[in-house]
Amino acid sequence: MQLDNAFGIHSQALDLRARRSEVLAANLANVDTPGYKARDFDFQAVLRQEIPALRLAVTQADHLQTEQGLVPPSQMQYREPMQPSLDGNTVDPDLEYSNFAANALEYQASLRFLDGRIKSLMLAIKGQ
Amino acid sequence: MSLFQIFDTAATGMSAQSMRLNLVASNLANGDAVSSSIEQTYKSRQPVFRALLNEINPDDPAVGVRVAGVVESPTPLRREYLPNHPLADKDGYVFRPNVDMVEEMANMISASRSYQSNVEVVNSARQMLSAALRIGE
Repeated sequence: MQLDNAFGIHSQALDLRARRSEVLAANLANVDTPGYKARDFDFQAVLRQEIPALRLAVTQADHLQTEQGLVPPSQMQYREPMQPSLDGNTVDPDLEYSNFAANALEYQASLRFLDGRIKSLMLAIKGQ
Repeated sequence: MSLFQIFDTAATGMSAQSMRLNLVASNLANGDAVSSSIEQTYKSRQPVFRALLNEINPDDPAVGVRVAGVVESPTPLRREYLPNHPLADKDGYVFRPNVDMVEEMANMISASRSYQSNVEVVNSARQMLSAALRIGE
């Protein structure tokens, strides 16, 4: 058994959850910015993609590796506004905040799964 | 760790909203500052918000906000006939600032609500991070 596989999909899920909370935090910060379009991504669709696709290609030695879990720009989507405002801003603070809270909870759930895996591994290592 | 960026993003939101609140306070404080000419009269000041793009990576979805500038409201000043006022001009008029109290109060509530939602974001992110730190304990 490889240690990478031991954590299953949860480490990637955790990474994406963190990324999504960042996007939603940006939406909430720009709640009063004229012309700002609220953004989000489809968590399931991005997670379903191959995980190596989440990293930028490093074809030159001096390329910097980006953080793991960067959502490809093609996956970023704009929210369809329910009540568009005159200044072109499409952030609905209630929607963003409830999404943020749900995402934070799901992040904690992913953490709990990882925690369980780590604890069972520790149990196997120590044998007591 | 990308969760740390949330603190930066929310902090830009908080500082922009507090700047807005500061301008509301300034407008309300100067709401009755009359003077004898258009140039000398206080004009209502409003912030202009702009999304803060990451210049190194424009596709970075974590976008903060900044106050791009402060504009003075172009609404005409109120002119009032008060010949006994010490600041009245030679025709007996004084000029009152174009501060709309109702608008400023609504602005104040909106700014403080937005500020609070950014604070909540920081709190949630802090909880998420501290849960991540306790993993495997």
